[in-house]
Amino acid sequence: MTVKEIFETMEYGPAPEAAGDALAWIVDQGARFGCFIDGAFTAPGETFETKNPANGNVLAEISQATQADVDAAVAAARKAQASWEKLGGAGRARHLYALARLIQKHARLFAVLETLDNGKPIRESRDIDVPLAARHFYYHAGMAQLMASELPDRVAMGVCGQIIPWNFPLLMLSWKIAPALAMGNTVVLKPAEWTSLTALLFGDICRQAGLPKGVVNIVTGDGAVGERIVAAEVDKIAFTGSTEVGRRIREATAGRGIGLTLELGGKSPYVVFEDADLDSAIEGLVDAIWFNQGQVCCAGSRLIVQEGIADAFHTRLKARMDKLRVGDPLDKCIDVGAVVDPVQQARIAALVDGNTEGQTYRAACAMPEGCYYPPTLIAGLSPASHLMQEEIFGPVLVSTTFRTPSEAVALANNTRYGLAASVWSENINVALDIAPKLAAGVVWVNGTNMFDAAAGFGGVRESGFGREGGWEGLMAYTRPAAKAKALKRISPATGSDAEPQPVDRTAKLYVGGKQARPDGGYARNVHDKKGKLIGQAPIANRKDVRNAVEAARAAAGWSAATAHNRAQVIYYIGENLAARADEFATRIDRMTGARGGKAEVEAAVDRLFTYAAWADKFDGQVRSVPMRGVALAMREPCGVIGAFCPDEAPLLGLVSLMAPAIAMGNRVVLVASEPFPLAATDFYQVLETSDVPGGVVNILTGPHAELAPVLASHMDVEAVWSFSGADLSGTIERGAAGNLKRTWVNNGLATDWDRADARAFLDAATEVKTVWVPYGA
Amino acid sequence: MTTDTATEGTVQHLPQTVEPRNPGMALDMDWVMRARANRSAIERRAATLPGRRSVKKAHQAAWLARAISCIDLTTLAGDDTAGRVARLCAKARQPVRADLLEALGLDGLSVGAVCVYHDMIGPAVAALNGSGIPVAAVSTGFPAGLSPFHLRVAEIEESVKAGAAEIDIVISRRLVLTGDWQALYDEMRAFRAACGEAHVKAILATGELGTLQNVARASLVCMMAGADFIKTSTGKESVNATLPVSLVMLRAIRDYHERTGFRVGYKPAGGISRAKDSLVYLALMKEELGDRWLRPDLFRFGASSLLGDIERQLEHHVTGAYSASWRHAMG
Repeated sequence: MTVKEIFETMEYGPAPEAAGDALAWIVDQGARFGCFIDGAFTAPGETFETKNPANGNVLAEISQATQADVDAAVAAARKAQASWEKLGGAGRARHLYALARLIQKHARLFAVLETLDNGKPIRESRDIDVPLAARHFYYHAGMAQLMASELPDRVAMGVCGQIIPWNFPLLMLSWKIAPALAMGNTVVLKPAEWTSLTALLFGDICRQAGLPKGVVNIVTGDGAVGERIVAAEVDKIAFTGSTEVGRRIREATAGRGIGLTLELGGKSPYVVFEDADLDSAIEGLVDAIWFNQGQVCCAGSRLIVQEGIADAFHTRLKARMDKLRVGDPLDKCIDVGAVVDPVQQARIAALVDGNTEGQTYRAACAMPEGCYYPPTLIAGLSPASHLMQEEIFGPVLVSTTFRTPSEAVALANNTRYGLAASVWSENINVALDIAPKLAAGVVWVNGTNMFDAAAGFGGVRESGFGREGGWEGLMAYTRPAAKAKALKRISPATGSDAEPQPVDRTAKLYVGGKQARPDGGYARNVHDKKGKLIGQAPIANRKDVRNAVEAARAAAGWSAATAHNRAQVIYYIGENLAARADEFATRIDRMTGARGGKAEVEAAVDRLFTYAAWADKFDGQVRSVPMRGVALAMREPCGVIGAFCPDEAPLLGLVSLMAPAIAMGNRVVLVASEPFPLAATDFYQVLETSDVPGGVVNILTGPHAELAPVLASHMDVEAVWSFSGADLSGTIERGAAGNLKRTWVNNGLATDWDRADARAFLDAATEVKTVWVPYGA
Repeated sequence: MTTDTATEGTVQHLPQTVEPRNPGMALDMDWVMRARANRSAIERRAATLPGRRSVKKAHQAAWLARAISCIDLTTLAGDDTAGRVARLCAKARQPVRADLLEALGLDGLSVGAVCVYHDMIGPAVAALNGSGIPVAAVSTGFPAGLSPFHLRVAEIEESVKAGAAEIDIVISRRLVLTGDWQALYDEMRAFRAACGEAHVKAILATGELGTLQNVARASLVCMMAGADFIKTSTGKESVNATLPVSLVMLRAIRDYHERTGFRVGYKPAGGISRAKDSLVYLALMKEELGDRWLRPDLFRFGASSLLGDIERQLEHHVTGAYSASWRHAMG
């Protein structure tokens, strides 16, 4: 076209980013890649092709790592770990700074390579992925520097196996590697098989940066390689990817005593109130669901719009969709690039084509040939619609309507997932009321898809657990410095069943604020050390677990109560326990045959006072993110926590689990010490006199091994803890795979209940929700 | 209700020959008060737009030429003389060196209008005689708009009588700042009536309106009162045209068009001095309003130094060598 013609048509024309340098880098590497192990690239082995999804051209051959490769990588990481940790935070910080600077120096090479390999628009890789990746290394260089002073009681986990997805290859690598290295871990990372190139370039960068050999190891290949990493002798697995694979990893790592964080799928709600800036909300949707072709775990993929404005909103949204430019990802004037692989394209198409509900609108934008999918809106769906629940992971938005704020919350939370959410309203009362009520790890007020290293990211429910970024992200890559001893199993004392019973009380279960007989109608005799019968404890079964969880779920008011009120109740429990100190001390001594009862009761009272004190002081934070606004790291209760209480301190242990949990607003189902249950059954009388609302604390007695799978697999429980003397860790972690609830288990190690670390319990009792609130008059 | 779309593909200078004029409508306070503008979200959109749209090579040259066709070549200085204005008008007729226009195949390219104070209308009309380039006059006690109301109205009438085809009025910012929308509407109505056949551009002086929400509301009120164009600034405020303000005003124009069928024009003014800026503004117009708004009857740049930078870029496009300002005629 001539200038004169363009002067009339005013078309954009092509604006291609040159791929020459990136292609030259591939050629320089021989276009065949081995793995990056122990500071060097291995010779390529059995390889597969990695393609440019925009045109199907083969970019390079990538090696399928063998078992020997994974073993070598883990061995290299293991060998390097001690000296890397010993290097100290300041020394590691220097290396992380160097990596950050090298990413910036090679920013365009990384960006172009990413776009070639993944198909995302160059605008995104250039302006978002690569700058955020560098930012993560800078931020965590600072964390390495501060570790000694700010986290004096934490040490590195050791060797971390990390498996990342194909949607943000370099960025997810950074989210994984930067915090791990900062805290003194070494890593074996596997990029997704469709997008290995930037990880391999990063390996090259590590070499240039002079990073010690073995600190970063990159192994490439498909899911089988991932399974090998999960099976390897690692101290922690960090995974980002699908919920389905995350669940398998949870099962595979259960009972191994290693750390696990999972960042999984989502179906994030995008709630628009009638008083929102609607044009901005529509523009936000472009960045929510048409960012990276919708292949974003936290994509705002479920539009929930107020009924009165829905028609107008959809009309404007369609007009905006028609303006999107779909095409060559290397073109600087493109909004939506190529889907990562024809397999994904077919998957998206199958999901959309299989839908018969609502009204489907495909953007009227020009569509290129090849691995592309048009921006799509499916309006008029209901929560019962398949596509309202299933993650599509493509540029497809589904929508429904609401009438009231509470209905908006109900619709938004009607999902298995809980990764992110957006709420749009110009009314601060509405926005700040709704944000905490949304079941999600991240909430954006009047915005979407904001990320920063200083702000934690991660999910609740089946979107996984653990956070990446911020201080909370470091918890996933550190463990307490103190070495724990092995837990000694305590068996219940036995005695003669026939002995006449000095029955003065009948122990029951405590469910929903009421004493309840066990569903099965059985009780176990409890003897003292001398074999004398001292009471009977009900044997709870699965139905009692069900009832207790139902009661806990129903006591939602406790989570909404003010921290001050919760503190008052916990102080009151402490007072009432203190008033009956002698009785409890006697009971403990009788059960255990020891003389520690008095001290244990005193410690329990003290613990109650400690957590009552913490109730209104375990504050959230305001994070320094690069924008005008605040990113709130709010501490929210997990919800319903099931906890198996320890045997070594039958009362203090129970109180040590209950108090932090309820102080933070959780409701609990406590399973009392199996050999020493009577301290717990006495304790509910204290609860009854202490204004504890029914259902906030529920106490069961019975065999831990039988109750553990029931509680661990219960879909309406958010977290399960075990400090049981029984070996439940594997059972609980395996059972938790069902709804991917958080677990905290002792792995057969003892806890010093006299010196329990309050912060560890408070951390476990809370989820950090990051609420982004940009503002501007 | 919709109106006929003007024929695409023709260069038009006189708006009245193309687009049905916005007749205005009764003040709809419900609509005005529903206008929302979330500053952070708007700034994010504005900040990322330049990275999302890019025009290169021949397309860039064509777009820059298009920008020239939309310039209101402006002199608003106390020391303006007939001679100074004549020189500016000569530049308006021949904004780019003839050899460059020939190379681009764009002979006959001229700017959108020449914009002057009232006393310079006569010299400008004389200098532009036969060119088809309209003369725009700033009016109503420009730039502050604080002279007696009847004098502001009379100034419009005098300027129209003197030959101005377009009148750039300034609104009373205090009416916006105190939320007196009815008074703003009435004032704009009176100005529009005084303009008669001349087209009226309403200068909101957005840098003095305090909030983007006020910008959105003032935009709507002025369009309801019959503005043919809404314009950001006088060029005399400390903050003039910005992308966030433009986004708000364009969305108001789109909203008004969707509801009434009338297209209102947009004129960012002040601070747009780089060729690259003009490309971003054109992209913003194209994205938010569509190609129809990329013509001088619906889009103008209020600018004085922009043209010089564009000329250098065009010479670079033609020759491949970077240019120098003294190689181009001054205006």
